[in-house]
Amino acid sequence: MQETIALGDSALVTALRAGDDAAFETVVRDYGARMLAVAERLLSQHEDARDAVQEAFLLAFRSLDSFDGRSQLSTWLHRIVVNASLMKLRSKRRRPEQSIEDLLPRFQADGHHANRISRWGRSGSETAEQNEAQTLVREKIASLPESYRIVLLLRDIEELDAETVAQMLEITTGALKVRLHRARQALRTLLDPIFGNPFR
Amino acid sequence: MTCRDATELIADYVEGHLPFRRRLSLRLHLALCRSCRNYFDSYRKTIQASRRALDEQPSPAPLPEDLIQKILAERSRDQRMN
Repeated sequence: MQETIALGDSALVTALRAGDDAAFETVVRDYGARMLAVAERLLSQHEDARDAVQEAFLLAFRSLDSFDGRSQLSTWLHRIVVNASLMKLRSKRRRPEQSIEDLLPRFQADGHHANRISRWGRSGSETAEQNEAQTLVREKIASLPESYRIVLLLRDIEELDAETVAQMLEITTGALKVRLHRARQALRTLLDPIFGNPFR
Repeated sequence: MTCRDATELIADYVEGHLPFRRRLSLRLHLALCRSCRNYFDSYRKTIQASRRALDEQPSPAPLPEDLIQKILAERSRDQRMN
């Protein structure tokens, strides 16, 4: 196995474009773990995440000429693995998505909230309680209908801008905004039993 | 402004995209409506909780060696073909 080498971004990209094998291995070893973590957030199956990372590196190596150096290499690779993960999702035959309507807030005919809205008061100050809460939050995010889960992950977690996400998902920014809002509302409903205080 | 109207404005409000007059109307509604104050508070906390839950996951494990070798092998094959 060739030794990996420590290089700055521009030197690394120059070496990659020259076909330097050690540089390729450096990129895979240095950035691969983070890319797999991103793919695993978007794809529920570990094997799919591995496939997406493999595809992402292949796409990256083939399109080095499109890396203009205006962003960091890590940012560029991040976008590629997100796209590869979304492509993987599209390629899989999925069951019809469950409706999100039941998780959205309800209103009376006069526009008032139909249900009592309690104040969230749990601080989770103990580490064990915090860890438990975070595990529950991750589970609730994973349980959202896929198209809403993806939007939440890309905007609120991966913090990609609206235009980029809309382009990736092939929807308008207006549709994205609505979908993100509904995703957050649905997650709020799912988290209410965990963080809400029925007595406040 | 009804609670339904106010709820539709949350996303723009938390992201600072609400025009001045709308923001003013919304703030007036929030001053008078405890349910909506609680809803807005929990909406913000939902975003914070999801970021914390996923940002504070343990650092990712190194990429498995078999996957590294698979990627490098595929790249070599790709180079030979092109």
